[in-house]
Amino acid sequence: MLRVLKEELSAGASAEERMSALFEKIKKSKLNAYNNLSEDSALERAREYDRSPWSGLMAGVPIAIKSSISTRGIETNCSSRILSGYVPPYDAHVIERLKEEGAIIIGKTNMDEFAMGTSTETSYFGPTKNPWDTDRVPGGSSGGSAAAVAAGEAPCALGSDTGGSIRCPASFCGIVGLKPTYGLVSRYGLVSYANSLEQIGPLTADVEDAALVMEVIAGHDPRDSTSVKSEGGYLSGLYDGVEGLVCGVPKEYFGEGVDPLVEKSVWDAISKLEELGASWKEVSLPHTKYALAAYYIIAMSEASSNLARFDGLRYGLRLGADQDWHTTFSEIRAAGFGPEVKRRILLGTYALSAGYYGRYYLKALKVRTLIKQDFESALSAGGADVLVTPTMPFPAFKIGERIKDPLSLYMADVFTVPINLAGVPAISVPSGFADGLPIGLQIIGRHFDEKTIFRAAKAYEDATPYHEAVPKEVV
Amino acid sequence: MAEKDVIIGLEVHVQLNKLNSKLFCGCSTDYHDAPPNTHTCPVCLGLPGTLPVVNKKAVEYAIRVALALNCEIQGETLFYRKNYYYPDLPKAFQITQYDFPLGLGGHILIKGEDGEEKTIRITRVHMEEDPGRLVHAGTIDRAKYSMVDYNRCGMSLLEVVTEPDLRSPKEARSFLDKLRNILEYLDVFDGNLEGAMRIDSNISLAGGERAEVKNISSHKGVEKALAYEITRQRSARRRGVAQVQETRHYDELRCITVTIRTKEEAHDYRYFPEPDLVPMRIADWVPRVEAKLPELPDAKRERFVADYGIADDHAKSLTSEIRVANFYEQVAKQASPRLAAVWVADVLKGELNYRDVSIDNFSPDHMVEILDMLEKGRITEKGAVEVIRTILDQGGDPAEVVKAKGLAKAEDDAVMEAVRAAVAECSQAVADYKSGNEKAINFIVGMVMKKTRGRADPGEANRLVKEALEEI
Amino acid sequence: MITGEDVDHIGWLASINVAEEEKEGFVASFNSVLDYFHQLDELDTEDVEPTYRVVDLTNVFREDEVAESISQEESLRNASRTENGYFKSPRIV
Repeated sequence: MLRVLKEELSAGASAEERMSALFEKIKKSKLNAYNNLSEDSALERAREYDRSPWSGLMAGVPIAIKSSISTRGIETNCSSRILSGYVPPYDAHVIERLKEEGAIIIGKTNMDEFAMGTSTETSYFGPTKNPWDTDRVPGGSSGGSAAAVAAGEAPCALGSDTGGSIRCPASFCGIVGLKPTYGLVSRYGLVSYANSLEQIGPLTADVEDAALVMEVIAGHDPRDSTSVKSEGGYLSGLYDGVEGLVCGVPKEYFGEGVDPLVEKSVWDAISKLEELGASWKEVSLPHTKYALAAYYIIAMSEASSNLARFDGLRYGLRLGADQDWHTTFSEIRAAGFGPEVKRRILLGTYALSAGYYGRYYLKALKVRTLIKQDFESALSAGGADVLVTPTMPFPAFKIGERIKDPLSLYMADVFTVPINLAGVPAISVPSGFADGLPIGLQIIGRHFDEKTIFRAAKAYEDATPYHEAVPKEVV
Repeated sequence: MAEKDVIIGLEVHVQLNKLNSKLFCGCSTDYHDAPPNTHTCPVCLGLPGTLPVVNKKAVEYAIRVALALNCEIQGETLFYRKNYYYPDLPKAFQITQYDFPLGLGGHILIKGEDGEEKTIRITRVHMEEDPGRLVHAGTIDRAKYSMVDYNRCGMSLLEVVTEPDLRSPKEARSFLDKLRNILEYLDVFDGNLEGAMRIDSNISLAGGERAEVKNISSHKGVEKALAYEITRQRSARRRGVAQVQETRHYDELRCITVTIRTKEEAHDYRYFPEPDLVPMRIADWVPRVEAKLPELPDAKRERFVADYGIADDHAKSLTSEIRVANFYEQVAKQASPRLAAVWVADVLKGELNYRDVSIDNFSPDHMVEILDMLEKGRITEKGAVEVIRTILDQGGDPAEVVKAKGLAKAEDDAVMEAVRAAVAECSQAVADYKSGNEKAINFIVGMVMKKTRGRADPGEANRLVKEALEEI
Repeated sequence: MITGEDVDHIGWLASINVAEEEKEGFVASFNSVLDYFHQLDELDTEDVEPTYRVVDLTNVFREDEVAESISQEESLRNASRTENGYFKSPRIV
């Protein structure tokens, strides 16, 4: 779809008009997909483009950015009270890349506070609504980005994925979302939740758009010591099809706890892939059931350290009169963080504390090894080329339904977190509907083998109508 | 004096201020006279989303130091997070090393209390980042608020930890002096800059718990604080009050230590490996760094004795500071090494210490000139001292100063003249001398000095007067 | 079993004031979550190496070169309390 947009702009369509119309739509919207907009600067850029168009892979293309990705001069608050008003003096690496390729930043999207959540309900600015059913969550934590793309409030967006935060909302909102291989996209500028698990990735209307955005944002950044070189070329080979592709179907991702309509949709997808020339076989990822616990221990532990810097001294919330520093900062943090964030920081602190480090953090890291090995075996040379699973065990749930019971919310991540633990890439593509609510198909690949999952996803997309469905206009 | 039951260990934080940039970002290290918060960037301010990248040269310097301290370099070393809250720590964790530090198991030799050479074992050498600097409006316990400057935040530090092998404040001082000397030899830091070296001391009496006295910047301060601690702990023991494990702060004005924190409130640092950094495999750097190590103080001292034929005491004094050693060698190229040793180690160093200035304030060429004048008999020893003092206090060069102050040694003829005249004039003194009063010669010599306006060499004048008197 | 006192201590370590009203809720959710975590005890990981990072890199460095710092104004811009170029912190004690 971005290709079409670029063609239209090249053919003389007015970027400013398009941009104006986009902001009109956003401002009328009831979805609450955005935290803050960059209307003036985006319109100005659009005008400049009309006067004198520049070239670039994303020339003139508007893009929405998750609220946790640093944008110079644009408020970056991670949907949290404690960072309200924080304006970074620098751009994240991915933002620099987007600007180099001519994209125009339109605003920052709503998210679960500090990316901690699966529904965008923990945002300080209230939940984002799912465009397919505004009583339901859009998924999280990149719910704002996904809802914006699904509702036509942005042609494409960036999100981040620590335990499913791109794939879950992509699945719930019926769009495409990719979590790249760990290390492929620089994290410089991404406000950290769990450093060893997270990656920035695209949320788009179709597979080709995701490949385009990856072409722009992937690649080595000397400012991120965990970043690797990218082979690039994500746009080539997209149409190579799935002839001879071996799809592994992990038995642990089906059965109890999975909505029957979701399961049916995924099996239908597997049949479709077979029709297109692929084959499938059952594989096992035996440690799957331990992944959630391992994930949450690691994520909470890292988070407790990553979020320790928020004390109001250099940026962010400051309350009334100061007392002594420890009291003052403890009160600022109590007032500035929502309950889920507090819960995770406290549990993470506990997991790392003297006497418990071995039992929780170190143990989780060992279990991580086992999970990573599961993927490496299943995706080994003689095994499968990709794994095919549901993205989420069920479609979007109602707002307020799970938020009161943290554990039940954590359980929703059961199919997405193992991927982050292993560091492998995974994409979610629309694969049908359950009573009008989108279902997502997850395709998992080997480390750095984005090209294979792209071509599998593309082949499937071309053979199905789901990505073309658009939610009714929300009035 | 060393007391058998005093147990001291030190943790020394050395700032690698000779690097150009900080440990994890490119901010310049040249912040010492800069206005606050002008040597910062998103990384060292710990702004959300920023990431550290390791300065390669800092690792090289760390290896240099660890090797010079005779440590085993670890083949794989990594950074950890040390989590605690303080306003000077912008990320609320310090990136440091915990398990797998860069260097383990070294030692330094010092002269112990009993005059014997003593080995002080180094437990470990590791890398970490410096926090920012707090400025209090008043004293720390009474200030209404504090101000924070992050210019220093992110500077490269090396932590050198000793085993509790030290037995007195004096030994601790010796150790610190030796360590600083070695570090300056390695050219990894300038010890004169503010914040270059900060010391935490641990001290206990045998059988008792230890007190940690944190964050003292001067070697003298450490010595004093430890001396105070020994007295305080002994006195408490006598009164039956047990020492608890605690952290204390040294008040430089009042020269006492005060409690900050007891064990119950001790931090739980929740160390875990820094996820934003990757391990460093540096085993194959070692031969390269080792080959480039400069000559260290002990080796240099031995060489000075062997090559220049000077006394060990002089050699020790000359090698106690790399700048002095380099100065000496420059001078010894062009003047008599033995003479140079005396005049640099005994005289010049003394004048510098008195004025609390470094040897950079004196030119080796000037010293060479002075020594030449001495050897040629053109000035007296007293005159030479005067020249040195004048140059240090007012500037100028030796020839100018000698001329301006009339320090040129009186010519032999002029002296002889003066002697003859003095002997002729001081008839009473001559008579006294001749009748056995030896001291009467002094009056006559004094007269010679007066006649030559102090330019005669007193020793020589004495000799000539004596000779003249013999002939009478 | 986590108690209210544990929550207080963890709150102190984490520099987050836990209000009385919140404490009970936290105790309950902590215990259920930690219970869930204890599942991991089922696995024998005696001989398993921990995975600290999933990217296989070592020796990533930068050269000792000076890069431009940001200005004092930019450093202080997001702080709500500053004085004479410093960040203003609450009193230490």
